[in-house]
Amino acid sequence: MGAELIAIFIVAIFIENVVLSQILGLCPFIGVSSKIDSAVGMGMAVIFVMLLASVVTWSIQNFILMPLQLEYLQTISFILVIASLVQFVEMVVRKVAPALYQSLGVFLPLITTNCAVLGISLINIKRGYNLIEATVNAGGAGLGFFFALLIMAGIRERLDISDIPENMKGAPIAFVTAGLLATAFMGFSGLV
Amino acid sequence: MTPVQQLTKGFWKDNPIFVIGLGLCPALAVSSSLANAVGMGIAATFVLIGSNMMISLLRSIIPAKIRIPVFIVIIATFVTIIDKLIAAYSPALSASLGIFIPLIVVNCIILGRAEAFANKNTVFDSLLDAIGMGIGFTIALCCIAFFRELLGEGKLFGQAIPFFKQDPALVMIMAPGGFIVFGLLIAFKRLMASKGGK
Repeated sequence: MGAELIAIFIVAIFIENVVLSQILGLCPFIGVSSKIDSAVGMGMAVIFVMLLASVVTWSIQNFILMPLQLEYLQTISFILVIASLVQFVEMVVRKVAPALYQSLGVFLPLITTNCAVLGISLINIKRGYNLIEATVNAGGAGLGFFFALLIMAGIRERLDISDIPENMKGAPIAFVTAGLLATAFMGFSGLV
Repeated sequence: MTPVQQLTKGFWKDNPIFVIGLGLCPALAVSSSLANAVGMGIAATFVLIGSNMMISLLRSIIPAKIRIPVFIVIIATFVTIIDKLIAAYSPALSASLGIFIPLIVVNCIILGRAEAFANKNTVFDSLLDAIGMGIGFTIALCCIAFFRELLGEGKLFGQAIPFFKQDPALVMIMAPGGFIVFGLLIAFKRLMASKGGK
């Protein structure tokens, strides 16, 4: 049991990295990766919301939708729950931990449209994970997003001071860099 | 803006993917073959048309404060409809697009058009806008898929192409190929824009 959970965790971080292998959550990956500070903030916020959203959506699927045979409401209910969850977390964090809100606050609303959060929730259901496996998978995926964002931000800070052809500046070079990074991550594929 | 301009602005000039930079996740994730790209394009266009028209019809009723949740519910409804339709009539396409069909709901193009266009314009203009943006999205997806399928598998629409099928670079149909092809395509679009002054 323990070994399986560790395997799910490692696979979620490296082999099936949310951004670089499954191509989910690209907007924040490209949008917020130009500075290391903001990349750390965004990464932490995503880990937090992804864990919470996975637990909540798993419970909704298994305790409400399945018993009532309402599986076709999956998409609508998940996106609404995630959107309101993000709002709720924002309010709680602002009230309880103002210091944390200073660093995470601006990133929270952006996460609603981060397809990685909804994507991981759907993958958890699709693979038939139980609650513990779903949580571990979400934690690994969040951490994988954090790592990818951090590496990308480090590279982009260096790219700022390099001599890049005019038409490649900004988004194009970021995507080509992400491609090379994804190639490097393919090297993990035999790990588990 | 004339109806024709309204319809064609999304094809190239304001292309949602290459110029506005919205909806990137599906653009890269399902563009590994032309068949997938066309399937995804049709699904997204259907949702865009449905949500744009519905939101435009209801635009005077929806209270401004809660408009985003309302938009999301409308969009999610149409996503569910197309998800079930594809699963029923084309199980193979449904299997290869996988979770990216339900993920249309968080595709920023659709919410973006709802907020920026359908919420302020008439039903007819919103319909044209939706068709134009949908076709623009499909064109962009097909551009990316054309290079990836040709270089990665040596095929187009599943048909082998003589010269390319000998040593296909498998990496092109995997995630890295998507990023690299897309990066080079935006650079090419910018180069053309700066040369032609478009």
